[in-house]
Amino acid sequence: MTTYLIKGVRPLGGDAADILVEDGRIAAIGESLSPAGADVVEAGGLVALPGLVDLHTHLREPGREDAETVETGSRAAALGGFTAVHAMANTDPVADTAGVVEQVWRLGQEAGLVDVVPVGAVTVGLKGERLAELGAMADSAARVRVFSDDGHCVADPALMRRALEYVKAFDGVVAQHAEEPRLTTGAQMHEGDRSARLGLTGWPAAAEEAIIARDVLLAEHVGARLHVCHVSTAGSVDILRWAKSRGVQVTAEVTPHHLLLTDACAESYDPVFKVNPPLRTDADVEALRAGLADGTIDAVGTDHAPHAVEDKESEWAQARPGMLGLEQALSVVIETMVEPGRLDWAGVADRMSVRPAAIGRLESHGRPIAVGEPANLLLVDPGHRAVVDPAALASRSRNSPYAGRELPGRVVATFLRGTPTVLDGKAVR
Amino acid sequence: MKRHLLEAADLDRDDATLVLDTAAQIDQALAGREVKKLPTLRGRTVVNLFYEDSTRTRISFELAAKRLSADVINFSAKGSSVSKGESLKDTALTLEAMGSDAVVVRHHMSGAPHRLAHWVRGSVVNAGDGTHEHPTQALLDAYTIRQRLGRLDGVRVTIVGDVLHSRVARSNVGLLHTLGAEVTLVAPPTLLPVGVGSWPAEVGYDLDAVLPKSDVVMMLRVQAERMNASFFPSAREYSRRYGLDAHRMGALPDDAIVMHPGPMNRGMEIAADVADSVRSTIVEQVANGVSVRMAVLYLLLGGSPQ
Repeated sequence: MTTYLIKGVRPLGGDAADILVEDGRIAAIGESLSPAGADVVEAGGLVALPGLVDLHTHLREPGREDAETVETGSRAAALGGFTAVHAMANTDPVADTAGVVEQVWRLGQEAGLVDVVPVGAVTVGLKGERLAELGAMADSAARVRVFSDDGHCVADPALMRRALEYVKAFDGVVAQHAEEPRLTTGAQMHEGDRSARLGLTGWPAAAEEAIIARDVLLAEHVGARLHVCHVSTAGSVDILRWAKSRGVQVTAEVTPHHLLLTDACAESYDPVFKVNPPLRTDADVEALRAGLADGTIDAVGTDHAPHAVEDKESEWAQARPGMLGLEQALSVVIETMVEPGRLDWAGVADRMSVRPAAIGRLESHGRPIAVGEPANLLLVDPGHRAVVDPAALASRSRNSPYAGRELPGRVVATFLRGTPTVLDGKAVR
Repeated sequence: MKRHLLEAADLDRDDATLVLDTAAQIDQALAGREVKKLPTLRGRTVVNLFYEDSTRTRISFELAAKRLSADVINFSAKGSSVSKGESLKDTALTLEAMGSDAVVVRHHMSGAPHRLAHWVRGSVVNAGDGTHEHPTQALLDAYTIRQRLGRLDGVRVTIVGDVLHSRVARSNVGLLHTLGAEVTLVAPPTLLPVGVGSWPAEVGYDLDAVLPKSDVVMMLRVQAERMNASFFPSAREYSRRYGLDAHRMGALPDDAIVMHPGPMNRGMEIAADVADSVRSTIVEQVANGVSVRMAVLYLLLGGSPQ
């Protein structure tokens, strides 16, 4: 195994140091290290962070390999600085059995670019009718700990209660897609001034907030862990803050696009901006940034959702919801949180690596940058600004909402257990 | 004028007035003529692309284009390549390849004409998209009001009914405001969009309170399917609270007019004797629709003036 000497890097944005990576671990940290035979990575001016962990990725395999595969999604993740991604269960077939989650897990191992951690469906076929074999998925080689019907809400309150209770047996967590379906029939965008004018059916904030409020009460009642996917409204942040103050075991994520974009994007009727939950208002964006800054929102989850061209090049209502996120997630966080001074680098590491790893119970990710720790690292040039070109992305799909937008931050290198997956800003393979 | 007419906001006050004045000139030019045809768009091709059944709007556009001597192609989604799964983009590229100068599009999805405008070089005219806009309906309504009342500035227009799902309401609020009218929306709260407060219109729930202060009452069609979704308890209750009958019509000022974009539900939002009264402009609206659409096509395609 090659030994790497990362020279002059600033761990978590602190003082410059050299990091020696050997046998998959951080072997030494110090000034002017000069071990024999190490490959040198010049990292002056770069910031080192623990490899990012995504709680919310759609890799589309099996079923929609034309939009993304485990391999192409893994490459996109590595280029974004990730060393672990949770692969959502809404594949075809649905990841609701040990067989499917093991298949996804094995494809991830074969790609070898990030740790692909399968998410198991909560209910059979994501239908919200009866529990999938959660224990079998937990006991499988994929060791599933996060369960989600993402794309669909576990709307039945009794079923949600049972799911929350049941996964306690193996320290699992239910990641809820909070959307009261009776309030979002035909919904196309955030319900407010803009939906009124555009004549697109509204998705009211209350449809998300009502489910979060219900679920934090259920989680409290049964003493279970709840994770809330893609929180998008100011009201949701308030409810989460209240629940945490009561000691409820609830965690939450926000997507990069909800931190940056608003429902004004819908005025183009370009479905690249159609996503579920929808882009919200300026006030919501501000509340989400504040919630992420004060820790009410624990994590950034990309909700990376690749779609084939024909599923987006259409009428708004015809298009499928979702947008790419893995390759620009860190850039968006730098733009919205670091540059305005709302989160320091330790904060970025916490929200994008430490806490998501803890939520997913991943032991070798989200670790400190310290001697003896697994060498899951990324090096980022925070000052580098570039215009996003969808054609240059590693994802098989092109539905980036950031196309044409200039964003800061370039991931120069990513190391997975001491092996580079990205060097000089390019995927190693 | 902009290249496309997608929504009322594409027209500023000068543009909108120009359309109405042009329609009036066309009416004058054709008045009393035996052959109701102008040669201005000879050799130009207008495609009527209809994804939604709408006989009256399609016929109106077809007649408008034919009276300007354009070649007209009717492309309806049913029984065409669209019903075989062809995408809007592919249909657009096909029409483009055939050399259409203008596409008149009716679509059940809001924003479809905006998308189409990205894919064709010619002009796109929105003939109604989902619950978004129907700008030529608003133009013909404005034309009718001006014809009857002699002005638009300061005219008090009350629009009654299912504003939430109405493209006619959205276009009229925008256009009539642009032209200086004062718009009031009256509906049960369930049929007003969240966010309606940001529109340039007053909003009320009590029709009887507004009628004495209305120069124009525009009744919107209420779709039968709204009743199954609890927007209101029953057709009878809707009719009692928001329908326009002869008794209510009596509360209007003497020269006030009653409009309806059609097709009407007689006995639901409008009583038969109101629809057939001298105040009613419903038949004029249909006739004016052709003139206004001729004006729009003429101005967008820049036909040679007579």
